[in-house]
Amino acid sequence: MSEIIKIAHDMLISIAPVVGIIFFFQFVILKKSFPDNKKIFIGIVSVWIGLTLFVIGLEQTLFPIGKLMAYELTSKEFISSHVFPWSEYFWIYLFAILIGISTTLAEPSLLAVSIKAEESSGGFVKSWPLRIAVAIGVGLGLLVGVIRIIYGLPILYFFVTGYLIIIILVYLSPKEIIPLAFDSGGVTTSTVTVPLIAALGIGLSYSIDGKDILVDGFGLIAFASLFPIIAVMGYIQIVKIINKISK
Amino acid sequence: MARTGRKILQSIIESIKDLLPIIIVVGFFQIFVIQKPLDDLLLILEGLLLIILGLTFFVFGLKIGFFPAGENLAYNFVERASLSWLLIFGFALGFGVTIAEPDLIVISAEVAKAIQESQIIDSTDEARKSFQNMFRSIIAFCVGISVILGVLKILKNWSTHSIIIILYLLVILLTPLAPEYIIGIAYDSGGVTTSAITVPLIVAIGVGLASSIRGRNPLVDGFGLIAIASVVPIIGILIFGIFL
Repeated sequence: MSEIIKIAHDMLISIAPVVGIIFFFQFVILKKSFPDNKKIFIGIVSVWIGLTLFVIGLEQTLFPIGKLMAYELTSKEFISSHVFPWSEYFWIYLFAILIGISTTLAEPSLLAVSIKAEESSGGFVKSWPLRIAVAIGVGLGLLVGVIRIIYGLPILYFFVTGYLIIIILVYLSPKEIIPLAFDSGGVTTSTVTVPLIAALGIGLSYSIDGKDILVDGFGLIAFASLFPIIAVMGYIQIVKIINKISK
Repeated sequence: MARTGRKILQSIIESIKDLLPIIIVVGFFQIFVIQKPLDDLLLILEGLLLIILGLTFFVFGLKIGFFPAGENLAYNFVERASLSWLLIFGFALGFGVTIAEPDLIVISAEVAKAIQESQIIDSTDEARKSFQNMFRSIIAFCVGISVILGVLKILKNWSTHSIIIILYLLVILLTPLAPEYIIGIAYDSGGVTTSAITVPLIVAIGVGLASSIRGRNPLVDGFGLIAIASVVPIIGILIFGIFL
């Protein structure tokens, strides 16, 4: 019970400043009321209840199981129990890809962006394909991030390469889609994804010898925000090609 | 009434669809790789039910509360043509929301602990607390600046990708100058600023601004704010690391 109150309280603390700032500017500075005050109020309370239930559910199911899984897969016993040298990290790689894809599809922030994107593009951008493209991006990003941790490569190389690919894609993609693609990268790592990614990164840097948590344990989240940008622009390229062929 | 019922049912089905991939992935690993039985199936089912209900409430609340509130505010600011208030609002929103973010509080505590264990700062509680507060304030300040930049982008019709490419260049230039231990932390700090509460509101304001100014397209001009807010903190923390 105290756990529930704590989560509800945490959520309230993160909603309160948002609501406070909106109300202050709306009522005190602009001196206007909303078109429908009651509806707005119900909506805000409903977001609060929704996020509270969501996080309670996560803490009860996905977080303990997922974190345990990340630690077990990265434990020395598990890694060294494999016969073939190439297969020692196989399950970690697969886990990184699949957990990236599946958690992203349930990410509330991405849901919010995709709803708005579908609305404001007049249906040209569809919510599901957009989210699937972003999810694949997160999965691939985590895979590359995990490979980086295992082989201890400097993060800057990957980011310079990633940024260059993005800059090239910017010039190839239709202008309308670029801001959305960039936003998709920023929203992927939030409520559901971050705790699991953190467990994976820290578990890995503990179990591989010679790894420094500061240098190697952090950085996974950054990969999970870089690759979706590439994935969304890539998805648009594919849609363009399909449209061309079908014409 | 029947329509409302059907709508609710539809959104519950949507939420189940969102959650299904996780259940499949976790189930697969549990059964085939880890091969250990789960302790309490009932507790897990209850948790899943809560997640589905939670997502349904969340989306409902966004559509009737958060989105209209953000858009309405953007319309009113444009109507009043008060640029300075709009920018103050943008900064207050970015800063205020981020500084209160529970995720950031947890992460900044972890970062401070890791930094202390590596003996980069003193091993006193005070040193840790002050590092933690400093870290949070810098990120919150950067998000505030990002929203200002994003609002100016929409008003002045700057292209999103030019701003982002300039920010990327700054990141690349600053990275080799920063101490190695701060790099991973800095890059990650860009990703933690975007919570399920901040994002809907920032997007609603961006789209609201872009649709109330003539000659702006909500899809082209309304998005991009979150992207900016996830690069500027990287720059902030890298600079902090250089001077630490």
